[in-house]
Amino acid sequence: MFRYIIRRLILTIPVIIGVTMMTFFLANVLPGDPARMAAGQFSTPEQIQEVSERLGLDKPLPVQYFRYLGRLVRLDLGESLTSRQEVLKELGKFYPATLELTAFAIMIAVLIGTPLGVITGTGKSPVVNSIVMFFSFLGVGMPVFWTGLIFQLVFAGKLDILPLSGRLSTQFSAPPSVTNMYTIDAILAGEWETFWNAMKHLIMPALTLSIGRVASIARITHASMLSVMRTDYIRTAKAKGLTNRAVLLKHGLRNALLPTSTTIGLQIGFLLGGAILVENIFSWGGIGTYAWVGLFRLDIPVVMGVTLAATFTFMFVNLLVDIVYPLLDPRIVYK
Amino acid sequence: MFISRFISNFRRSRFFRALRHNPVSILGIIIAIVFITFALVPGAFTDYHPTKLNLGDRFLPPSSEHWFGTDSVGIDIFARVVYGARTTLMVVVVVLSIATSIGYLVGSTAGYFGGWYDDVFMRLTDIILAFPSLVLALTINAVLGRGLIQTMFAVGFSWWPSYARLIRGQVLSVKNEEYVTAARATGVPTLQILVSHVLRNSFDPVVVRITLDVGFVALTTAGLSFLGLGALPPTPEWGRMVAEGRDYLLVQWWVTTFPGLALFLVVLGFNLLGEVLRDWLDPSAINL
Repeated sequence: MFRYIIRRLILTIPVIIGVTMMTFFLANVLPGDPARMAAGQFSTPEQIQEVSERLGLDKPLPVQYFRYLGRLVRLDLGESLTSRQEVLKELGKFYPATLELTAFAIMIAVLIGTPLGVITGTGKSPVVNSIVMFFSFLGVGMPVFWTGLIFQLVFAGKLDILPLSGRLSTQFSAPPSVTNMYTIDAILAGEWETFWNAMKHLIMPALTLSIGRVASIARITHASMLSVMRTDYIRTAKAKGLTNRAVLLKHGLRNALLPTSTTIGLQIGFLLGGAILVENIFSWGGIGTYAWVGLFRLDIPVVMGVTLAATFTFMFVNLLVDIVYPLLDPRIVYK
Repeated sequence: MFISRFISNFRRSRFFRALRHNPVSILGIIIAIVFITFALVPGAFTDYHPTKLNLGDRFLPPSSEHWFGTDSVGIDIFARVVYGARTTLMVVVVVLSIATSIGYLVGSTAGYFGGWYDDVFMRLTDIILAFPSLVLALTINAVLGRGLIQTMFAVGFSWWPSYARLIRGQVLSVKNEEYVTAARATGVPTLQILVSHVLRNSFDPVVVRITLDVGFVALTTAGLSFLGLGALPPTPEWGRMVAEGRDYLLVQWWVTTFPGLALFLVVLGFNLLGEVLRDWLDPSAINL
C-alpha cells in the first residue's frame, strides 16, 4: 500500500512537468507584452526594459521555463504582474473559497444522487424509474451559467429568500482567517450569525454547480445497483431471510458504491471547470474568478498558478479515491 | 401492402426495440430534427431579422407578435434563437471534426503500432485530460484571441484526447481478430488494413460518442461565449445572448431565459438520441 502511494506520487511528476510546460508555452505565446503590463500603462521604454530584466522576461523561453521550474520546487510561484502580490499568497486567499464551493457541491451531488440511483436501480416501479431518469437527463443538459442566472431570478429576484451574489452580506465582516472558508472560520470563531449568512450565500452557487453532477452520480449508481442486485450473493442474502433493508443497504449499496466513488474523482474536473462560470455569475472570489481576470490581463504567473492548483487538486483527489478504494473493497489489493 | 410490410419490419428491428426500451428518446429525435431544420433554413421560421437594430421596440415582453420578446436593441429574440441554431450547428460540426480527425490519427496509430509511440501519445492525452477541459479551452482561446473561429479551434484542440483514447481502445480490441491476421498474412498493406479492417469495425462507439458530444460541445462553446471569449456581437449565439440578458435579468427575464432554454433542449435532445443509438448499435446494453 505504502509502496503503491509512493509509486503513484512519482508517476505524477511527469504529468506536472507536462502540464507546466504546456501552460508555460501557451501563456508565453499570449498576444501582448507582459513586461509592459507589469511596468504600467504610462511607463517609459527604459522602465519596461528594467522590469523585463528584473523578471527575467528578456531571456529565451527554455531558460525562463527552467528558472520557473527551479522556483516551483521551492514553492515560489512568482508574483502577479498586476497586483504585485505573491501568487501563492493570493491563491491561499482564493483557493479555499473555491474549495468550499466545490466541496459543498460534491456533498449535495452525493447526498441527492446516490439515493436516486438506489431507488431506480432496484427497479420496483418503472414509472418512478423513468421519471427519475428523465430528471437526471434534465440535469445533464442544463447549462451551468444559465441555471445560475435562473436561480438568481427565482430565489433572489422573485422570492427574495437568498442573497443574489457574493460570499457575505456587506454588514458582516469576514470571520478571523484560519482556513479562509467562511463557513468553517465562522464556526471556529463561534460567530453563528456570520456562519448562517455565509451558508445562505453558499446555497445557490453550490446547487448550480452540483446539478449536472447529481444527474451523473444518479446514473452511475443506478447502473451499478442494477448489476449488483443480480449477483449470487444478493440472492444468497435474500435466501438467508435477511430483511429487504439489510440486503439493499449492506449487500447491495455497499458494492454498488464502488464505481460511484471512482466517478467522484473524475467529477472534480467538471466542477473546477464549472467553477469558473459559477464564480463569475455569483461574484464568488475563488480561483475561477482569479484565473479569468488573470487571463484577460495576460497575467502569466497567475494563470500558471491557477492551472497548477487545479491540476494538483484533480490528481490529488483521484489519488485519494484510489487509496480509499481497497478500504471499501477488500478484494482489491495493490501490489 | 408495402407500407404494412415496412411497418412490420420496423417493429421487428433493433431500432424499434431500442426505442421501446426508452420511449422518451423520441423526444430526442424530434429535438434533433427541429434543431437541424432551424439551422438549415432559419428564414422559414421567422420574418424578423436576427441582427438589425430596431430601437423603437426595446424590451418588449413575449407576445403573439414577438414570441420570446425583444432584447435591449429591439431585436426579436425568437429570430435570434432560430438563427443561433445555425451558429451552434456550425460550431459543433467544426469542433467535432477537429476532435475526431486528431483523435483518429493519434488513436488508431497508437493502438495499432504500440511501443514507445503509443506511450508518448497516451501520456500526452493523460496530461491534457488532467486539465479541467473548460480551463484548457479558456487558456487556448485566450492565446488565439476572441472570436468564434478561435473558440472552435480552442475547443477542438482540447477535445481530441478522449477520442484518441476511445479509438485506441477499439483498435486494440479488434487488431488481434483473425480477419486482421488473415489480411496481414495475405499481404494487404498496413494502411489498408488499418482503414478498411480495423477502423471500419470500430465505428459504432464513435458514432454514439459523437452524438452525445454534440450537446456537450455546444455547452462548452456557449460557456466560452458567455465569458466573453467566443462569438462577438452581433452574432446570434446562445451563450452570448444569455450573457447579454444578465444586466436586465430581474426585470426583463426573457432576454436570458429563452436562449438558455434552447441550448438546454439541444443538449437534452442529443443526449437522449445518443442513448437510443447506443441501445440500437449495442443491444447487449439493454439487457444489462
